[in-house]
Amino acid sequence: MMKVFLAIVGRDLRLGFGAQGAMMTTLLFFVLAVSLFPLGVGPEPQILARIAAGVIWVAALLAAMLSLDRLFQTDQEDGTLDLLAQAPLPLGLVALAKTLAHWLTTGLPLTMIAPLLAVMMQMDLAVMPVLLLALLLGTPSLSLIGAIGAALTLGARRGAVLVPLITLPLVIPVLIFGVGAVEAASYGLTASPHLLLLGAFLAGTLTLSPFAIAGAIKLALE
Amino acid sequence: MALAVEGLVCIRGERQLFSDVNFRLAAGEALLLRGPNGSGKSSLLRLLAGFLPAASGRVLRDEEARLFYVGHQDAVKPQLSTEDNLVFWARLLGLDDAEAQRQSVAALEAAGLSRQRRLPGRYLSAGQKRRLALARLLVAPADLWLLDEPTNALDTAAVAWLGGVLATHRTSGGMVILASHVDVPLPDARRLDLPEGRLS
Repeated sequence: MMKVFLAIVGRDLRLGFGAQGAMMTTLLFFVLAVSLFPLGVGPEPQILARIAAGVIWVAALLAAMLSLDRLFQTDQEDGTLDLLAQAPLPLGLVALAKTLAHWLTTGLPLTMIAPLLAVMMQMDLAVMPVLLLALLLGTPSLSLIGAIGAALTLGARRGAVLVPLITLPLVIPVLIFGVGAVEAASYGLTASPHLLLLGAFLAGTLTLSPFAIAGAIKLALE
Repeated sequence: MALAVEGLVCIRGERQLFSDVNFRLAAGEALLLRGPNGSGKSSLLRLLAGFLPAASGRVLRDEEARLFYVGHQDAVKPQLSTEDNLVFWARLLGLDDAEAQRQSVAALEAAGLSRQRRLPGRYLSAGQKRRLALARLLVAPADLWLLDEPTNALDTAAVAWLGGVLATHRTSGGMVILASHVDVPLPDARRLDLPEGRLS
């Protein structure tokens, strides 16, 4: 079963890292969106440092949404979804494999590049580890909840618009605790309650979302 | 291995496609689905594949039996090479890497796609994509093949090849249910006319 799971992850990584893959567009959007703030708000370090956590989180959230509508759509359009449904693997795990590949091509690169942007936003270097940890715990939840939206909008004509509309309200907790962790650390307080809540949220979405995604894909297979 | 379908009813979008479809299929037998567009041939195949719930009736088959469904889409990823497209399917079925590679190469050879092995899927013609989709049948054994318009875009040589593949599959006890508008080389297959469900 693990072999089949890895086969799906491997194929989606190849497609994701490829020229038409999601990774480059996601990263470029993230970098561009954050770099607009110093231009728009002005270069005062205090103001930038004050809004850094929120800007980075919101930009990461929107960047993660960018490629979500294609997560299952391409497979449905060319008939690959039928193949995936015939694999000797429960549909929930198929969905989890695809979501893991999505996170590895979007959430993880976003997390890796975030410290660079944080420096540009004048964020205190001491806060960096908390920012990284918060993004590492938060971005998988974005992919998992986003995948539910992506599966639900399969076959809908304006999927690209619908996915964020469905998904964004559901990921507000990730945004609140993600920013909360970084802000707490920058005030010299402990970030662990926020990080623990992000972890709890991830544990919840990791266990529950495969069922929701599988249910939505089953509907699309009809 | 046998398949029995009893009193099957299919409703799509509040419209009844067919009702009271009954048939039995024993090892080595084939069933040809015929009917005008929209008569429910594809829906019946998707229903048998387990993608679509039946409004009523039941499908009885061996729990262990493996079935392959090849729809009218080719499921060829344009970015992946012909071989990688097939290897992915083989690995999806649980074959380990070396075995998946070996079976894929053999299946491509049989489908006449050896020369296109390294070619990205986007450069394949419609007929070649179809042959690649059908080559999936050869990667691993299955008891029941569900084929939706398998001859679409195939040239006469490829149709003859498909006829041979179907015959070999049936000789080894496999069953075939096939929907097609055109003549398919499927000797002594029974025929089910939809939407009436008349068996002949």
